[in-house]
Amino acid sequence: MNLAELLTAPEPHRPAVTAEFPAVDGGGLEAVAAHAARLAPYVDALNATDNPAAHAHASNVAVAIALRRLGLEPVLQVACRDKNRLAAQADIAGAALHGVTTVCCMTGDDVTAGDEPESRRVFDLDGPQLVRTAAVMAGGAYLSGRPLTPAPPLFIGAVENPGAPPFHERATRALKKVEAGARFLQLQICYRPERLSAFCERAEAEGVTPAAALLPTVALVKGARALRYMDTKVPGISIPQDVIERVEKAPDEREASYEVSLELARDALAQPGVRGIHITDFRHDETLGRLCSDLGLPTMRSAPGEDAVAV
Amino acid sequence: MAPLLATIEHAVKKPVWDCRMCGQCVLHSTGFTCPMTCPKTLRNGPCGGVREDGSCEVDPSMTCVWLKAYGRARRLPGHLGDGVDELRPPVDNRLQGTSSWVNLATGRDRALPDGWRAAAEAAEATGAAEAAPTGPAAVEVPR
Repeated sequence: MNLAELLTAPEPHRPAVTAEFPAVDGGGLEAVAAHAARLAPYVDALNATDNPAAHAHASNVAVAIALRRLGLEPVLQVACRDKNRLAAQADIAGAALHGVTTVCCMTGDDVTAGDEPESRRVFDLDGPQLVRTAAVMAGGAYLSGRPLTPAPPLFIGAVENPGAPPFHERATRALKKVEAGARFLQLQICYRPERLSAFCERAEAEGVTPAAALLPTVALVKGARALRYMDTKVPGISIPQDVIERVEKAPDEREASYEVSLELARDALAQPGVRGIHITDFRHDETLGRLCSDLGLPTMRSAPGEDAVAV
Repeated sequence: MAPLLATIEHAVKKPVWDCRMCGQCVLHSTGFTCPMTCPKTLRNGPCGGVREDGSCEVDPSMTCVWLKAYGRARRLPGHLGDGVDELRPPVDNRLQGTSSWVNLATGRDRALPDGWRAAAEAAEATGAAEAAPTGPAAVEVPR
């Protein structure tokens, strides 16, 4: 069952799990396969990121194609920061040519968040406009109206941040993306469950759900230092001090931060409109498997295809 | 005539709204807050990087433009502020520096790429809720 089927079935079969694929810089396809082998048993799809945190890496399209060749389902992230509308459409059409048809559209963090802040920021489109652009392509045309035949069967998603101001407008902005054509929303990491639940309730009231499936993000971190970094250095993420201190003062920081993540994941999965979780794994160890096991989610998927990873 | 109007428009709107002369003014639907003053020039709401105190991800010394826009639009009487929830189309970069008053009068600022226009009309016709139920969104574009 692919991600689109899982997230759009009228009755949820089980929660879906997606995860951020680590940024790749080199090492050939073996490097991609190594990360994929670790993550694949636990996920339904993997996000091929688009220069995450405004750092250049192997491109979203290249990594997505590599994942497809490994028999996995990539989610092609497309951000508005680095490319104008021509390039964004070319990436979506080009990836679809290789069978990459799940797309997640986002505005993208600013160039000043990265290691080349002197870059020109593009933002020719914004997130909602990119969603509609993808929807136009799925309907068989480029933005100009020029035919795109055959139309790529795109499954289109977007992102939203339930934990950043203006809190009460986040669901209305999500609705704009749904109206533009988004059918799933990967939500930013949120360490404040009350904000996530308020967002999900409002999303339901506004009609964001069930039109779109919500996938809140849960981060797997090593300890308090990572939490403090996110809290102070990543705009849009705020972590309560008592959560950081709870991890910091615990005898085993890794274990304590895992417990925090597990609680957040349980809470997220219980919210209305939530049809799965998205994982950002900063630990690069066996924790994702443990999390899925503790949540009662599948921990052994087979990957189809000849050169598939063994899982 | 048109350049003169652009000069006058800029002279009026720059001091009041910090107008950037995009030539396709949407102040009326953004609570009279210019979205082009957002460092990312976002026309459809705030990015996910708004800081805890409501300041901008890119320039923490300023309040998020969209925090102001939503706040002001919601305080407008009647339905005057509803436009804030509309999906605004991509900017036509050819209009940069031209007078939005002229473009409004001639209808030039409402010209849309065919693909976008078809999608907008389809969304208008079906209504968002019905357009949404299952499966990939598809927009039929007349050829």
